[in-house]
Amino acid sequence: MATRLQSASPPSLPRRIGAFFFRHPNWSLAALLLLPMLWLGVFYLGSLGALLTQSFFRLDGFTGRIVRQFGLETYQKQLFTPANMDIVLRTFLTASAVTIASALIAFPLAYYMARYASYRVRGLLYLLVLLPLWSSYIVRVYTWKIILAQEGVLTWFINGLGLSGVLRAVLDIPVIGGPSLSISLLGTFIVFVYIWLPYMILPINAALERVPKSVIEASGDLGAPPGYTFRRIILPLAWPGVVAGSIFTFSLTLGDYIIPGIIGNSSFFIGQAVFVQQGTAGNIPLAAAFTVIPVAIMAVYLLIARWQGAFDAL
Amino acid sequence: MRSNTVKDTTPRASIGLKLATLGALLFLHLPLLVVIMYAFTTDEASFSFPPPGLTTRWFVDVFNRPDFRSALGLSLAVAAVSTFIALILGTLLALAIYRSKFFGREAISLLVILPIALPGIVTGIALRSAISLTGINFSFWTIVIGHATFCIVTVYNNAVARLRRTNYSQIEASMDLGASTFQTFRYVILPNIATSLLAGGMLAFALSFDEVIVTTFTAGQQQTMPIWIYSQLFRTRDRPITNVAAVFVIAATFIPILLAYRFTNENRE
Repeated sequence: MATRLQSASPPSLPRRIGAFFFRHPNWSLAALLLLPMLWLGVFYLGSLGALLTQSFFRLDGFTGRIVRQFGLETYQKQLFTPANMDIVLRTFLTASAVTIASALIAFPLAYYMARYASYRVRGLLYLLVLLPLWSSYIVRVYTWKIILAQEGVLTWFINGLGLSGVLRAVLDIPVIGGPSLSISLLGTFIVFVYIWLPYMILPINAALERVPKSVIEASGDLGAPPGYTFRRIILPLAWPGVVAGSIFTFSLTLGDYIIPGIIGNSSFFIGQAVFVQQGTAGNIPLAAAFTVIPVAIMAVYLLIARWQGAFDAL
Repeated sequence: MRSNTVKDTTPRASIGLKLATLGALLFLHLPLLVVIMYAFTTDEASFSFPPPGLTTRWFVDVFNRPDFRSALGLSLAVAAVSTFIALILGTLLALAIYRSKFFGREAISLLVILPIALPGIVTGIALRSAISLTGINFSFWTIVIGHATFCIVTVYNNAVARLRRTNYSQIEASMDLGASTFQTFRYVILPNIATSLLAGGMLAFALSFDEVIVTTFTAGQQQTMPIWIYSQLFRTRDRPITNVAAVFVIAATFIPILLAYRFTNENRE
C-alpha cells in the first residue's frame, strides 16, 4: 500500500501540508488554535483588559472628559461611596438569596430525576428543564410582569384563596415589600429564581446521576436508614453539583440589569448602576470600576467553588 | 421491604418528593402558558385576569408592524451569522483541546466559558468600549461579534463531548490507510461529530436569537427581537402586540431546542 502510494505521482500540496501537521502535532495544535485564540484570547481578553485599564482613569468633573492617567481616584472618590456600597450589598444579598432558593427548589426535582424516574420519564423531565433554560429570557421576564401585575393572575388567585391579607402583610415588610409584587424586591427575587432555576437543576442532576447505585445500596445493607444515607452519602456526593449550579445563579444575578429594571422598586442593582454610568452619565471609568466588583466577587466565588470540587461536576 | 424479590430494586419516591418535583415543574412552565393566553385577550390596556374576552386579531396586526418585521429579520440574520462563526471557532477549539495535553489547556477551556460565566454586562461594556476604540460604527457586524463570542462555548461543549466519545482508533486507521488530514476530517471526524455540531449550532442560534444584555451594548440604532420586546415593555399602548410577539419568540426558540435535543440523544444509546 505504502509503496504504491509512493510510486504514484508526488504527493499533492494539501497532502503534504496534512502530512506535515500529522508529523508535527505542536504545529497542528497551533494551526487549530490560531483563529479561536485571536478571537477569544486577543480580542475578547483584550477588551476585558482595556475595560479594567479604564477603571484606573478618571472623569474630569468640569470638562466631562476622561483623563487618561493611572490612579485610584475613581475607586476612592466615586466607587466606594455609601450609596454605591448599598447597591453592591443589595445585589450581593439578593444573589445569595436567589442561589439558596434555587438550590432548595431544584434539588427535589433533580433528585427525583436521577433516582426515581424511569428512563423515558427522565428524558421528558430533562427536556422540560432544558426548554425554559434555552427559551427567551426577555419573554420569560415579561410574563412575570403580567403575572405579578396588580390586576394580574397572581393577585386574582390570592384573592380567590382569601389570602389577600397575607399578601398585604408581606408587601408591608420594609426593604423587600412595596406597593405591589411587581414593584418590590420580593418580586425581583421571585423572577430571578424563576429565570435561573434550570441552571441549578442540571448540574445537581448530573452530580446525582453519578452517585453509584451500589454505594447507596451498600449504605442501606450496612444498616443505615434512608435519611442517614441521604445525609451522609447522597448529599455530600451531590454537593459539588449544587456549588456548580450556584456559580450560574450567583453570577447571573450579579450581572443582570434587565430584571430589576422591569420588576422591582427603583433601587439599583450593580448592573443598572453600570448601565447608567456608561450610558446617560457617560462616566466610563466609574462604569468600568463598577464592573470590577462582580468580577472580583466571582473570582473569589470560583476559587471557593473549585475547592469544593464544583468543576468536576460541570 | 421485599428486598429478596428481583423486580423491586427501584425505590419509590415519597409523596413529598413527588409534590416538590411537580411544584418545580409547574413553577417553570405555568408562566409561559400565561403569556400564551394573554396573546388572545381582548383587553388592550391592562393585564386583567381573567381576560374579558378572547380574540385572534392581534396575530394579524403584528405582521403589519414594520418595526416587528425588521426586528425579526435582524435577529434571524444575526443568529445565523453568529452561529456560523461559532461553529467554525468552536470546532477548531474542540479539535485542539480534546486529545492533547499542553500547557494552558485548562486556561483555554476557561477562556471559552468566560463570555457566559462573566456577568453579561461586563462582556457587553468591554466589547463596547473596545469596538468604539477601533472607530467601527455600531452595526449588524458589531452585534455579530458580541454574539459569536458567547456562542462559541455551546458548539465547543457539544463537539468536545462527542469527540471524547469517538474512538480515536478510527482516526488512526484512516491515517494508516493513507487518507490525508483533510480527508480524515471530512470522511471520519466530521460524520462522527456532525449531529453534535448541529445540536451545538441550534443552541447557539437560540442563544443568539434571545440575547439582550450584550446586545444592548453592541447594537447601534437597530433593534433585535429581544431588544424590541424590551423597548415595548415601557410602551403600554402596544400591549396586545407585545404579547403576540412574545408567543412568536417562544415558538422560534422552542423549535431549535427540540431539534437540538433530538440530535444529541440519537447517538447516546
